[in-house]
Amino acid sequence: MRMDHQLAERWIAPQAHVLDLGCGNGELLAHLQQKLGVTGYGLEIDEDKINEAIGNGLSIVEQDLNDGLARFADNSFDTVVMARALQAVKAPDELLLDMLRVAREAVITFPNFAHWQNRIHLGLKGMMPVSEALPYEWYNTPNIHLCTFKDFELLCAQHDIHIINRFAVSDSEKGHTPLMKALIRQAPNLLADVAIYRVTKK
Amino acid sequence: MNARSDNTSDQHLNSQPHTNSSASIDSTTGSVGVVTPQNFHFAEPLTLECNRTLPSFDLMVETYGTLNRDKSNAILICHALSGNHHAAGFHSADDKKAGWWDNMIGPNKAIDINQFYVVCVNNIGSCFGSTGPTTINPDSVGSDSFDANSSDEPQVYGPDFPLITIKDWVKTQAMLSDRLGIDVWHAIVGGSMGGMQALQWSVDYPERLKRCVVIASTPKLSAQNIAFNEVARQSILSDPDFKNGRYIQEGTYPRRGLILARMVGHITYLTDDAMKAKFGRDLKSGKFMYGYDVEFQVESYLRYQGERFSENFDANTYLLMTKALDYFDPTRDYPIRDYPSTVAKDTTESAVQIEDSIAASVESSKANAQSELEDAVTTIEDIESDRQQELSALKAAFAHTQCQYLVVSFTTDWRFAPERSQEIVDALMATGKPVSYINIDAPHGHDSFLFDIPRYMGAVKGFLTAPFITPSRPATGERS
Repeated sequence: MRMDHQLAERWIAPQAHVLDLGCGNGELLAHLQQKLGVTGYGLEIDEDKINEAIGNGLSIVEQDLNDGLARFADNSFDTVVMARALQAVKAPDELLLDMLRVAREAVITFPNFAHWQNRIHLGLKGMMPVSEALPYEWYNTPNIHLCTFKDFELLCAQHDIHIINRFAVSDSEKGHTPLMKALIRQAPNLLADVAIYRVTKK
Repeated sequence: MNARSDNTSDQHLNSQPHTNSSASIDSTTGSVGVVTPQNFHFAEPLTLECNRTLPSFDLMVETYGTLNRDKSNAILICHALSGNHHAAGFHSADDKKAGWWDNMIGPNKAIDINQFYVVCVNNIGSCFGSTGPTTINPDSVGSDSFDANSSDEPQVYGPDFPLITIKDWVKTQAMLSDRLGIDVWHAIVGGSMGGMQALQWSVDYPERLKRCVVIASTPKLSAQNIAFNEVARQSILSDPDFKNGRYIQEGTYPRRGLILARMVGHITYLTDDAMKAKFGRDLKSGKFMYGYDVEFQVESYLRYQGERFSENFDANTYLLMTKALDYFDPTRDYPIRDYPSTVAKDTTESAVQIEDSIAASVESSKANAQSELEDAVTTIEDIESDRQQELSALKAAFAHTQCQYLVVSFTTDWRFAPERSQEIVDALMATGKPVSYINIDAPHGHDSFLFDIPRYMGAVKGFLTAPFITPSRPATGERS
């Protein structure tokens, strides 16, 4: 169970109607269905992952997130979830607004480009960062719109999006000491490699 | 072959999602072997949507696999326009030609007969043994008033066979279900026109199926679809040998009409690219002959396919089948109330008024180029309003369905394009129904649904064997 999935579970109401963008093999959706009795759909574009999810009894619809959410009516879901896909879409700002059109709340996770390891890669080595959260080379990465926590929060402010909760996690290092955890809370933009946000329209 | 009596597929998932081994097809797939069709006679009268009644009817049926004790492993296969009950296996040991969906149905195949009991029915109106235009009209038996030329000879229905709808077929299939003692189908599966039957089942008998697989299909035919069907029909109707449909009595056969009809239909099943790859501009004799005989390979192919088809198919059946396609509309029983103004306007406008309005619009666009732009804007608005109306109608039809859906389209299918499948998916999602959708990248156009494409077969297999975990959500309006 991924750390950000555990957190997403806390912020989604039981029996909620959920849309999972970039749902992969449906791991999170399956977990939410069992744990919280949610209903809903996953959107995915990877053929093998879609088949795997269908074989697991989930409702998965093949769709490119770059095509937007026009097929869904306003407020047709309680929560839209998007785990680590924001940085890979063509227009993250438009998609974010679209998510908050089709649902009351959005739970979003994305890798933090300002993580200290990335800063070392770029600042000291002078090379594009490669890490557990960002495992690609510059020439083959699907992550075309990377941002930092600060960048994301600025975007939210510009579009009157209210941040209900946020949580910075570091899943590249297992078993943090309480001190390290406290430090991550203090300086997430430097120390956390993944963020999870729960946002809503103001 | 033993059916699994401990069918686990409907149990609730109570652990972490597992990787389903069925996602890929086992290499030890096989044939269902030699099969024998069965005839089921229904002695009771059947009232059809057109308000005519068949006094009795017969259905030709093939089954594969074994029905389990609680009759919970049955899968119904619905055939397409030219299909029949022979979906898999062979009719004899020397039979070279397997059933039309043999790559889908068999031991360890996507529809695994080791696990499921599979039923395929030849629909009424067809020409493969079920009651249709080529079977004897009971009204003609023992009656000399039927046809002055034919004395007391029993006559086939011919053109007197009533027009059939998809809904009628589903009704007869439900009657067959009763006969077989199958209260609830594990799944109903169909491609193209078969997909329409599966969809209609979910609307008409929501409690009688758990899964619905709609492949390369559409919520209803477009004007272009109907136009192609009309060309096919006119080809048959205008053949001098058609004899108003009484060609069997007259001792003729509208072969040319049927060949033409199939040729035009066949083009719509393929794609430009597929035809280019298969034939290009290749010439049969290598040079131009400057005549109207067969020159290009594609001409030769189309004529051959048409001729072969005309030998095995009945012209009246072809006419009837295309009409059943045109009539298909699962929303017919669910009139919507939300959009009264535009609907009323469109449907009450007479042909004369439409002609007048076309003439008027031609005049006005001559007079003012600006109005053309306005017309274009109005058209876009109309299209969007039509789309919303269509969605509302489908939502109304799907509101009370209870099954899980798998909708499959193929990227190069232009007869029933992926967008048409997506209309079904959007309406199902808007009503909160469990639905999965895949758009398979395949080069064969509409015909793709008959091809053995691993991803397609894997998805069907995964869907049919998946744990049943998604609860159906009651239809709701906007969430606040």
